[in-house]
Amino acid sequence: MSEPAIHLRGIAKSFGQTRVLEGIDLAVAPGEFIALVGPSGCGKSTLLRIAAGLEAPDEGQVMLAGRDVTAMRAADRDMAMVFQSYALYPHLSARQNMALPLVMRRLSSTERLPFAGLLPGVRDKLATIRAEIEAAAGMLKITPLLERKPAHMSGGQRQRVALGRALVRHPSAFLMDEPLSNLDAALRVHMRSEIVDLHRRAGVVTLYVTHDQEEALGMADRVAVMLGGRILQVASPDTIYRDPAHIEVASFIGSPRINLLPAVIAADGQARVAGHAMAGHIAAPTGDEVRLGIRPEHLSLSPQPGPRRLPVRLDRIEFLGAEALVHCRAVGITDVLIARMAPSAAEALRPHTTLHAEADDARLLVFARGGTRVARVLASRRTAIHAE
Amino acid sequence: MTRILRLAVLSAGAVLVLFPFLFMLSTSLKPQSEVFSAGLSLIPSHWAIVENYGKAFTRIPMARILLNGVVVCASIVAFQIVFALPAAYALAKLRFRGRELYAAARITGLLNTLAVLVVPFTLSVFAIFLFRQFIKAIPDDLILAARSDGLSEAAIVWRIILPNAWPAASAFAIFSVVAHWNDLYWPLIAISKTQLATPPLGLLFFRAAEAGDDYGALMAATVVITMPLILFFLFAQRLFIEGMTMTGLKG
Repeated sequence: MSEPAIHLRGIAKSFGQTRVLEGIDLAVAPGEFIALVGPSGCGKSTLLRIAAGLEAPDEGQVMLAGRDVTAMRAADRDMAMVFQSYALYPHLSARQNMALPLVMRRLSSTERLPFAGLLPGVRDKLATIRAEIEAAAGMLKITPLLERKPAHMSGGQRQRVALGRALVRHPSAFLMDEPLSNLDAALRVHMRSEIVDLHRRAGVVTLYVTHDQEEALGMADRVAVMLGGRILQVASPDTIYRDPAHIEVASFIGSPRINLLPAVIAADGQARVAGHAMAGHIAAPTGDEVRLGIRPEHLSLSPQPGPRRLPVRLDRIEFLGAEALVHCRAVGITDVLIARMAPSAAEALRPHTTLHAEADDARLLVFARGGTRVARVLASRRTAIHAE
Repeated sequence: MTRILRLAVLSAGAVLVLFPFLFMLSTSLKPQSEVFSAGLSLIPSHWAIVENYGKAFTRIPMARILLNGVVVCASIVAFQIVFALPAAYALAKLRFRGRELYAAARITGLLNTLAVLVVPFTLSVFAIFLFRQFIKAIPDDLILAARSDGLSEAAIVWRIILPNAWPAASAFAIFSVVAHWNDLYWPLIAISKTQLATPPLGLLFFRAAEAGDDYGALMAATVVITMPLILFFLFAQRLFIEGMTMTGLKG
């Protein structure tokens, strides 16, 4: 396997007494698009800045293509950063904004003096820069904006210029810090696919920080879920959703949130929720307290009672157009249970009636008290067994 | 009604402040005999404009003195900005040991002593403070972007901070120019040649050259010396107020 393009090893960082990052290990393959996702304050932006060289880690190393760059300044790492606030230089036009990183990199300090542009050597360099800006602007469709200053652009246009400023440098990596958070919803969805497209065409490794799980799942090759200064799981979006390694990952990813039911392992090996058996084949000792994680789309409601069915009371039905969310309550459980179903199926249900909830056994997740996954001993043995 | 009252109060204040200037202007137009007459009239009965202003321009090298004032003030402002801006940037955005000394000086009450009345005018700590407040308001992301774009800290100050701190710089320029254009004491100590005099000192030389009782001519010289400052202020006033409100120093 080839050397990781970016390798963060044992990164730790504190601000004063506050530990913001601890034991971070992350290897990003060349050309890969990795999303760092987590709630605000989980340390994801700090991690990105450490990768960029804008912040120094207390412990650990930053490796770029096998080279230790921990002590190298941001300017020499040749990574391009895109910020949530776009961070365009307000006194410069879009063209000048895009030119600045190239001018700073390719021209010596004497060549940057006023009127040095009249020298033939410098003139050639400036012409090359001009051409590259035109090319990047064409790619991002911002050519008509080039002479405008940031104050006279919309949020989406600023975002494009900021991407252009990063793109034009042909950097070794793109580091993006919530680049779409300041855009309105419709534009955000549109820009998602533009960034993915840009990544595909440029083929440059991308680290993308977001608090928006939809963005992370929808855009990235792999998603790193961060909570409390640690990376809890790094995996493909599908694995993160279907097969979370930790209860925190399961409850952070997925909207509406995964249903988590407190259960006790009975003598027969079944997990009992408020006295009702819900699942079997759990590799945990009798008497253990576990939590059953059931995604809303894996919870079905039926009028008939049966084995492994939990009696619930239908609270209300939320119609969302393409789907309906059915909110239920069960005796002895504080959290509302949510079942996702087709609106046609939900129409048959009446609020304040009693129904019987059943989990799709193949998709049911079991978590130990500490939050780690508990293995299931399935008869079919199809599903991989997870234990930590 | 309140509008009228407010206008009246403001007008009264304006008259009070402007009267010495008006009186100065009026005296500069009067012949000497009228300056000392018993009655107080602003409009002279005999005009002595040519005579008074002629003296103001011939007895001392007025053009040279005004030029001195411009050169001195412009140099002071330029150097103050050159020194204060990097210091202010460091205080506002960089983390370094000793940074807390600034806060410590504020807490220990050093700021309310006589020393602090002196210090700002020697090192232009005032400029540093003014710029620091302004630079603090510049988003950190902009500076991080500049760093990852390959700018050195010095390049950040001159290429990014200065163009964006322009309102603060122009506001400071007005403060500085007003203070140093009017400064008499330091030039009085340091300069003895008329050729090197700054405007207020030139006025002093003019008085000495003029036996001291030709008030018409003296006022004419004063008008000539005050006028550039008034014109400068009117010209830069908009920028000045903008700079003040932007730094949160609005009083």
